[in-house]
Amino acid sequence: MPRLTSSNELTPVATAASPLLRIRNVAKSFGRSVVLRDVSLDVAEGEFLTILGESGSGKTTLLRIIAGFENATSGAVWMADQRLDSLPPYKRRVNTVFQNYALFPHLTVEQNVAYGLRVARRPEKEVSSRVEEALARVKMTAHAKAKPSKISGGQQQRVALARALVNRPQLLLLDEPLSALDANLRRQMQVELKSLQREVGISFVFVTHDQEEAMVMSDRIALLRTGELEQVATPQEIYRRPATAYTAQFIGHTNLLHSEVRGGIVRCSSLCWKAQLPDGPALFSLRPENIGIVASAAPVTDGSVRVRGRVRHHAFHGATELLQVECADGLVFSVRTASRADNQSAVELDFHPADAIVVRESVDRT
Amino acid sequence: MFSRAYRAAVTVPPLIWVTVFLLVPYLLMFFYSFWSVSGSQAIIHSWNFENYRELLTIDVYWQTLLRSMWIAARVMLFSLLLGYPLAYFLSFYAGNRKDLFYQLVIIPLWVSYLVRAYAWKTILGSDGVLNTLLEYVHLTKHPLDFLLYSPFAVVLTLTHIYTPFTFLPIYASLEHIPRNLVEASHDLGASPLQTFWRVVFPLSIPGVLAGATFAFVLSLGDFLAPLLLGGPSGIMLSNIVVSLFGAAYNWPLGAAISLCMLVLVVSLLFVSERLEKKWSFS
Repeated sequence: MPRLTSSNELTPVATAASPLLRIRNVAKSFGRSVVLRDVSLDVAEGEFLTILGESGSGKTTLLRIIAGFENATSGAVWMADQRLDSLPPYKRRVNTVFQNYALFPHLTVEQNVAYGLRVARRPEKEVSSRVEEALARVKMTAHAKAKPSKISGGQQQRVALARALVNRPQLLLLDEPLSALDANLRRQMQVELKSLQREVGISFVFVTHDQEEAMVMSDRIALLRTGELEQVATPQEIYRRPATAYTAQFIGHTNLLHSEVRGGIVRCSSLCWKAQLPDGPALFSLRPENIGIVASAAPVTDGSVRVRGRVRHHAFHGATELLQVECADGLVFSVRTASRADNQSAVELDFHPADAIVVRESVDRT
Repeated sequence: MFSRAYRAAVTVPPLIWVTVFLLVPYLLMFFYSFWSVSGSQAIIHSWNFENYRELLTIDVYWQTLLRSMWIAARVMLFSLLLGYPLAYFLSFYAGNRKDLFYQLVIIPLWVSYLVRAYAWKTILGSDGVLNTLLEYVHLTKHPLDFLLYSPFAVVLTLTHIYTPFTFLPIYASLEHIPRNLVEASHDLGASPLQTFWRVVFPLSIPGVLAGATFAFVLSLGDFLAPLLLGGPSGIMLSNIVVSLFGAAYNWPLGAAISLCMLVLVVSLLFVSERLEKKWSFS
């Protein structure tokens, strides 16, 4: 990345094509432990991007580097055409919604929301009208005079959101903001948050460990594993075409099939099907919902793969059931089905080779 | 639940202790303050307000009380000025040396008060360390005599002795401030200075109040430092009480002064506690 020296290069080029935030080769170590290895990521204007990862994947560290609470060991962060990582956090046009909201306990809801405007010394008239507007947006006007300790978790969440958005940041960072809420409120807030983001049109970088939450809310998901990005794609794409075995397993359930390709024929235990792939080992991801249960007498439709097995375990999930089916050669399939199947019953499984997606083996970095 | 015998076993001894060593002496002091002394130095057990009238009318008591409060106020101010930055530095910037620095602040408390007061006497005296040094480097020709036996010496010594007492509650309150509040403040555009005045300081007020109260109340009642280092101009109210109970042999007047100080201190503690509650949010 070239350093910006001439004034020419500093002129902002606000085209739709140029991303708002550019993260380039960011690495971070704390002493001997490496938290981020080499992360490069773009966030577009108005985009809802989710950084998804397990605990310890480095997602919060990445967010803290963008906010300015941590310095990257190497690499750079750019916002529009400005180097962001040389600025202290209070000079970045980035605001954060913290995991535990971090509301100031000695200030009222109203004073909390006004904080950013007051320290920027905005005229008092403007402060009160913007605070009022922000509180109305998150439906907290009625609690304006309350102290944070007197309102519920969901309400604190809304105040934290208003406190960040009132400053009209270019980018809003959200660090697992919903993880402290109970399941119902959480789902409700997911919808609210998403529509709020559409309304204000600000780019959101949302950190979560919950893949379902990521799927529901994001324009794009950046899946982080042990300090490296595993895949960055839309929820649909990341689900339908996972790039690696880890992605396939982390986002939804899947069956991983270790196979061998020879002469356009894939062999996995006793199963085989045709595929245009080079010779050698191959790993396939097959979603449980892409496996059907058919009557053994049913004719084989073109190209589909059949295998006989026995139900070893079944879990009721409401609309569907998740079965563990063991085949004769020891292969176990997870199968999602709408119909009931009893334990130990013999079933005939059927899937289409096109639904088996080739994925890369995820390298062990620990 | 606990048995009656068990509850009695844990509550009765402290109650006896408090009664014998606190309530009874206070009551005695209360009674004494309304009695008087005859010419032949016998206690006259008849109720009168003579002692209190004397306190209100004789200037020396008022002046000494005001001087004591003025000394205590300065000690409070200086130990806050020393203790707060120290606590702030330790809490926010000492990193993994926190415990070491903390111990260094605490260590003086292990040394006897008397030893520390005498140490200052050695330092401040006319042949003391400080004067010798000043003359040696030709900054002064004669020993500075305001150093010892003056209110200055008392304030200095008491500040040295009570700064750790001010430091401790301030440090505790700073340690209780969630660090993400500081981050949130920076995130919202507040500079480190703005963050200090708008977030850190308001949240440390309970500690400041507790520390200030410690320094003021302990200094107000002090009698050793003025006795050893105060000289005639550094006399405090407690010195008068001591002499009234001793050489002057006027227990009733001494009791009256003590009672007034007790009322003053208890009201201060009461006010300070109310304020601390008002400023605590966790």
